[in-house]
Amino acid sequence: MSIDLDLCIGCNACVIACDAENNVPMVGKELVAAGRAMHWLRVDHYTEGESADPKFSFQPVPCMHCEQAPCEMGCPVNATVHSSDGLNLQVYNRCIGTRTCSAYCPYKVRRFNWFDFTAADPEPIRAMRNPDVTVRQRGVMEKCTYCVQRVREVRIRADLETRDVRDGEVVTACQQACPTKAIVFGNILDPEAEVTRRKASARDYALLEEVNARPRTTYLARIEPAGPTGRGEG
Amino acid sequence: MTRKADPPPENYAAVTREVAIIPLAYPKPMAWAFCFGGALVLLALFMLAVGATFRYGIGMWGNDIPVGWGIAISNYIWFLGIGHAGTLISALLLLTGTSRRNALSRFAEAMTLFAVVCAGLYPIIHLGRPWLFYWMAPYPNNMTIWPQFRSPLTWDFFAVLTYLTVSALFWYIGIIPDLASVRDRARKRWQQVFYGLLALGWRGSARHWARWDEAYRLTAVIAVPLVVSVHSEISLLFAAGPMPGWASTVFPPYFVLGAAFSGFAIVSMITVVLRHALGLGDLVTERHLDLLGKLLLATGLMTAYGYWAEVFDTLYGGDRQEVATLHDRMSGQYAFSYWGALITNFVPLQLLWWKRFRVDPRALFLIGLSVAIGMWLERYMLLVTTLYRDYLVSSWGHYHPSLWEWLLFAGMLGVFLAPFLLFVRFLPVISAFEVKTAIFEGKEPRHA
Repeated sequence: MSIDLDLCIGCNACVIACDAENNVPMVGKELVAAGRAMHWLRVDHYTEGESADPKFSFQPVPCMHCEQAPCEMGCPVNATVHSSDGLNLQVYNRCIGTRTCSAYCPYKVRRFNWFDFTAADPEPIRAMRNPDVTVRQRGVMEKCTYCVQRVREVRIRADLETRDVRDGEVVTACQQACPTKAIVFGNILDPEAEVTRRKASARDYALLEEVNARPRTTYLARIEPAGPTGRGEG
Repeated sequence: MTRKADPPPENYAAVTREVAIIPLAYPKPMAWAFCFGGALVLLALFMLAVGATFRYGIGMWGNDIPVGWGIAISNYIWFLGIGHAGTLISALLLLTGTSRRNALSRFAEAMTLFAVVCAGLYPIIHLGRPWLFYWMAPYPNNMTIWPQFRSPLTWDFFAVLTYLTVSALFWYIGIIPDLASVRDRARKRWQQVFYGLLALGWRGSARHWARWDEAYRLTAVIAVPLVVSVHSEISLLFAAGPMPGWASTVFPPYFVLGAAFSGFAIVSMITVVLRHALGLGDLVTERHLDLLGKLLLATGLMTAYGYWAEVFDTLYGGDRQEVATLHDRMSGQYAFSYWGALITNFVPLQLLWWKRFRVDPRALFLIGLSVAIGMWLERYMLLVTTLYRDYLVSSWGHYHPSLWEWLLFAGMLGVFLAPFLLFVRFLPVISAFEVKTAIFEGKEPRHA
């Protein structure tokens, strides 16, 4: 995945799309205030300069699907593992809730089901759930999956038609909702893919590269007309 | 306080009588019942806190993202640290042939055992789905899946379980001859049956003693390296992660020394209390208090070196995040835990340079208490200050333990105290036969 920060306008459409696609639980006002919102994808806001006239920058932060993921090393029960196609998977029914993965995550993108957030959902909410995505129970960790259900669906279709997955065939929910096409998802082994082209750009950088987790999600730095570039973190 | 510097009892029978009288006809039953009642109240709190947590989820606690671990995990490390002293003190002194250990070893080992039980309960209670904790164990299962062997938690599970087993064995093997002494002096039927079963048919024949000695020493040899490995392993819970303030090779020795330090502190406190409560001034002499004071001072200074090494490493390495975390520790929201730990751990400790304070039970008790608090603050500081402000500013947060976590902590003290008080009441708290050996060796010319 590649996220172009020059195109991102910080509208949060990706966050809402992700919530709807992945049955992300709604926890209510009090728990959001307590810091227990469950969003798999967040848009970090940074301000810079004078408080009277600050400069804003945004950075959507989903799970980075690190190649050397600290979370995978920390989990004692193999509940977070790497797939053959490079996804960092979260196996809900294997998770026992030690929360080590979250403690070790440098990006803090993992969310924990502190209570049973879904059992008391009224019928209309249940009816709105995506049938392709597991509804998580109390005490398990969850996080962005790169919309693994969509990836699988496309792969199965491609297998049936005995062909490779085409570039742009897998569209993640956040990508689909983005009005400025800031998010691109694809196969980085495909030299022709849009995502590969983006990652070859001189603007491409990894968030917290120094941690050496080798994140799969990278960013295209924002272009500034003059002066220093956007804030160091974003 | 207690009888001043009594000479050790010369008469072997007097020693056995003094030790065996405690379980058979406890000297202060009212005081004991009062303490035990208090422990049961705490135990009820434990049930309440665990019940609420299991019923509604970990959300009852103050844990959150980013501080997903709270005092459940810092208490786990603290209790396990306490559980180091008992085995270390007796196994090490047994193997080095120091006769002074004998009066301290039994209750220090009991303390170890119950502290490790408390420690082991914490990580299970803190799980999101505690009913599945056994998935950490490598057992044949229809999911055809092993635990994840790279995880420090998997090794925690093995380490704590091994340590618990070996500590229990070491303690039980050591107590068998004394259980037989109590059995032989028991007058009531239930006492004869109870101690008779526990004594495993011990008759005190030369063959029994030879085999017993072999088993005891072997267990001690297994136990000593475990003391080092267990807390090294626990430190990896922090040190294996890529988090600033955790990812440091200083952690394993730093944790082991801190563990021994906190353990000796609790042993000192228990020694002083039991010596006073049970009138054991002639068995637990000033020499024992002096030894404890020296051990406390030595391990304390080593732990202080760990603090210094950590700060030096951070500044010498100069990593931006590491330095920021160090700054947070010293002047951030949780600076009270850093300076609190530093002051309560090391300032009163300096009194132990003087023998006057080492042999004064009250001073030793208060210094032990101060260290116990200091080490608790240290565990809390190490955990919270790393997690609450790590890499990305957007994910910084806070941690405030909820009422339920404090209730659980109070309850866990009950889990420790209730079995310990039962031990004090019903089992020989002092190793009578070893005290007698010491008297014998004191009379004989030293050759063995």
